[in-house]
Amino acid sequence: MGDRSNLGDILTSMTTVTDEPFSRTQPAALEMPDWFSEQQSEAQKVFENEPFPARTDEMWRFSSIKNVAINQFPVAGEFSADVQSIVDARKYRKPAGRIIFANESLISAELYDRKLAEAGVIFTTLAEALVSHSELLREHFMAQTVRLGSKKFAALHATRVKAGVLLRVPRGVEVTAPFEVFHLCEGDEASVFPHTLVIAEDLSRVTVLEHFVSADPEHRGFACGVNDLVLKPGAKLNYVSVQEWSPKFVSIQVNSTVVEKDANALNLAVNFGGKYSRLESMSRMVGGGARSDMLALSIARGEQEFDQRTLQDHLHPDTTSDLLYKNALYDKARTIFSGLIKVEPGAHRTDAYQKVRNLLLSDDAEANSMPGLEILADDVRCTHGATSGQVEPEELFYLKSRGIADLPAKQLIVRGFLNEVVDRVQHPELTEYLHREIASR
Amino acid sequence: MSTEPNTIDIDRDIGNFYYNVAAKKDAGVGLTEKTIDYIVEAKQEPEWIREFRHNAYRVFNSKPLPTHWASRELEVIDFDKIRYYLASGDAPKRSWEEVPEDIKRTFERLGIPESERKFLAGVEAQFDSEAVYSNIKKAVSDQGVIFMGSTDALKERPDLFRKWFGKVIPTGDNKFSALNSAVFSGGSFIYVPPGVKVNHPLQAYFRINAENFGQFERTLIIADEGSEVMYMEGCTAPKFTTATLHSAVVELVALPGAKIQYITVQNWSPNVFNLVTKRGLAHEEAEIKWIDCNIGSRLTMKYPGVVLKGRKARGEVISIALAGDGQHQDTGAKMIHAADETTSNIVSKSISVGKGRATYRGLVHVPKHLKHCKNNTECDALLINAHSRTDTYPAITVRGTGNAAQHEASVSQISAEQIFYMQQRGLSEGQAMSLAVNGFVNDLVRQFPMEYSVELKRLIDLEMEGSVG
Repeated sequence: MGDRSNLGDILTSMTTVTDEPFSRTQPAALEMPDWFSEQQSEAQKVFENEPFPARTDEMWRFSSIKNVAINQFPVAGEFSADVQSIVDARKYRKPAGRIIFANESLISAELYDRKLAEAGVIFTTLAEALVSHSELLREHFMAQTVRLGSKKFAALHATRVKAGVLLRVPRGVEVTAPFEVFHLCEGDEASVFPHTLVIAEDLSRVTVLEHFVSADPEHRGFACGVNDLVLKPGAKLNYVSVQEWSPKFVSIQVNSTVVEKDANALNLAVNFGGKYSRLESMSRMVGGGARSDMLALSIARGEQEFDQRTLQDHLHPDTTSDLLYKNALYDKARTIFSGLIKVEPGAHRTDAYQKVRNLLLSDDAEANSMPGLEILADDVRCTHGATSGQVEPEELFYLKSRGIADLPAKQLIVRGFLNEVVDRVQHPELTEYLHREIASR
Repeated sequence: MSTEPNTIDIDRDIGNFYYNVAAKKDAGVGLTEKTIDYIVEAKQEPEWIREFRHNAYRVFNSKPLPTHWASRELEVIDFDKIRYYLASGDAPKRSWEEVPEDIKRTFERLGIPESERKFLAGVEAQFDSEAVYSNIKKAVSDQGVIFMGSTDALKERPDLFRKWFGKVIPTGDNKFSALNSAVFSGGSFIYVPPGVKVNHPLQAYFRINAENFGQFERTLIIADEGSEVMYMEGCTAPKFTTATLHSAVVELVALPGAKIQYITVQNWSPNVFNLVTKRGLAHEEAEIKWIDCNIGSRLTMKYPGVVLKGRKARGEVISIALAGDGQHQDTGAKMIHAADETTSNIVSKSISVGKGRATYRGLVHVPKHLKHCKNNTECDALLINAHSRTDTYPAITVRGTGNAAQHEASVSQISAEQIFYMQQRGLSEGQAMSLAVNGFVNDLVRQFPMEYSVELKRLIDLEMEGSVG
């Protein structure tokens, strides 16, 4: 590990964590700057004009589109479950800060280290940011074009967004402990629109851990989230989301990551919940030396469907992207992976890799893979691979011959299969945390 | 190796030949119910074919162009300006000597040398839409092999023809298979009796030779139980100023234990739309192998497929595509696994030169409750110039625990070191480039019959000329 001077400071401050929230202001209603209202009414038009996805839409190929033919998005009501116990069950031990939303209402927003605030770190709600950091928001709020199919839903998000987080880490500031965000949902047929915007300024270093949790596994619901990660030159960002919506949820998450010169982004989506969960993840490498690691692991059970669409967009010479998506499929689960490496004209010496691996653990499971390449420059190294297979009998035999019963042996193999993704996270404590989360599944 | 796009200009006249041919039967331009009736009457076809064609025509009209996934280039095709039927009207010739002199000359320019004929089992040379020359070597017919034009087969062997015709590729499969079903003429019919191994490859050489004239041949090959056959087709086309359309349908049926190899080397002129549907049906322990080489054309869309219907059936597609300046090779493969223990293999190599674009599109489908199905897909793409483009769009569906599919693709360019090494030993940059490209496809080219690999090497050299500068 390096010598990051802040690490010690933060860890010290962690031990003297006060329960007193550092910042806990929430305006009664969203006070909206004009630009934001304008953007919202624009989005309203887009939402109304964009058609629902059709079966022949390539961006929705293999998707069970009946899941997203929704017209009503009722506002989530009062959150009646116990926030504390839900948070306690999965919270990270020593975060740099924590913001909790329950049914889109702010429960708490805390930054545990005053030094971070003094250094200029902004970790606040969207509502407050609209008041205090309007210009910063204006520059980055949903600034990326939605290119992977959910234009209509992203527009819906823009019109309905309420529970959101803005995290900005100033130039040169390095924070090791993760910033943690919770979005909880409770109530049948509730809809939530979580939003996250992370701006890592030049040479900064930041880690974010985000949770999406349903309080009741029986409740249906709809989540339509957007997260934008912006990495300025030389910045380094780890972003991890753990999605635990109820098995009756429909969820659409639109992610975009913009990586500037020599910056390094790592995005890991851990997917457990949802009846139909769609993740659209796009990385744009816009400066030389930019690198993006796009990772996801999904455990699909019952009749769950995970629909993952990715784009690795190389716009500048000498950029790198590396994608690894792994799915473990049980029961009648379905997964869809559609990924595209796009090397734009002139983006020479691009090094792009894309790999999807499906582990089929049931005869009724179905894995669809569409790894794609579009190369418009030469002098590139682009490779992709897709495999679909089952637990190797040799591996099982090896474990069984050492006295491990059939079921635990299979579990071990699945865990090993998924841990390969988690081990790519450049944060040993967070990796350990995720290993425990996966082991408990 | 980065060069400006405008400096790349291949002489497109190289390899183009054109002779005026007088056509005796001509359905005129455009497609209506009348065109279809004209074809039926001109070819004296039975009533069920008339119905089949009319039905296909309705399907063709009802289907939109597949531009939601395919290239918008398709919109350039003006179906009203295409000639759908044109034939010399002569009965197929029995021997080479009877073939009209000017047509013979064209074939000679195309490179069917005199000596080769001795080795080839039969030459089904298709000129425009009808077979003008047909010569089945005695040895082959003695084995009981039927090798004739599909028009003749329709009349002479309806028992065999009707059973499988349109069964592998239904009319409604796609817009262009529907078009072919409506206006097809020409093409080959082959039937290989049980247990017969055809020693000589069967070959058809054909070309398009009338401006604005689409060629819609229909080929059906049936290999009965335990038989083996290799079929080769090659085509070159003269250069025209307006776009021409080639839309063939090729159906292969491999009955239990049979083996079919279908080899295509294609070099269309850069104005041809080549939209071909090719599919094989492999029964138990049968094997179908498509070897496909696409050079030239404005847009080629061709995805040879195998439906693996019987246990232990095997399907293979070996594909080479070379997209020159202004060309789009949209090729790939389909593997539909429909029985246990079926295996499939796809190896695709593409080269994009200048502003050429090569696309791989694949489909692998393994439904549930099948056991021990395996698929392997490998796609390699080579980019020659800075403005060359390559895409890969595979779609793989696997259900169940007993099956495995793997797909791998890579994109690379010719390393500067390789070129330097060869130049240092006295080769010009162009020669070095050509050698490197030939090296890239060499392991696939070796699977072609000798005369085809020689021709292929020549075609690559031709395409690579002027690609560096």
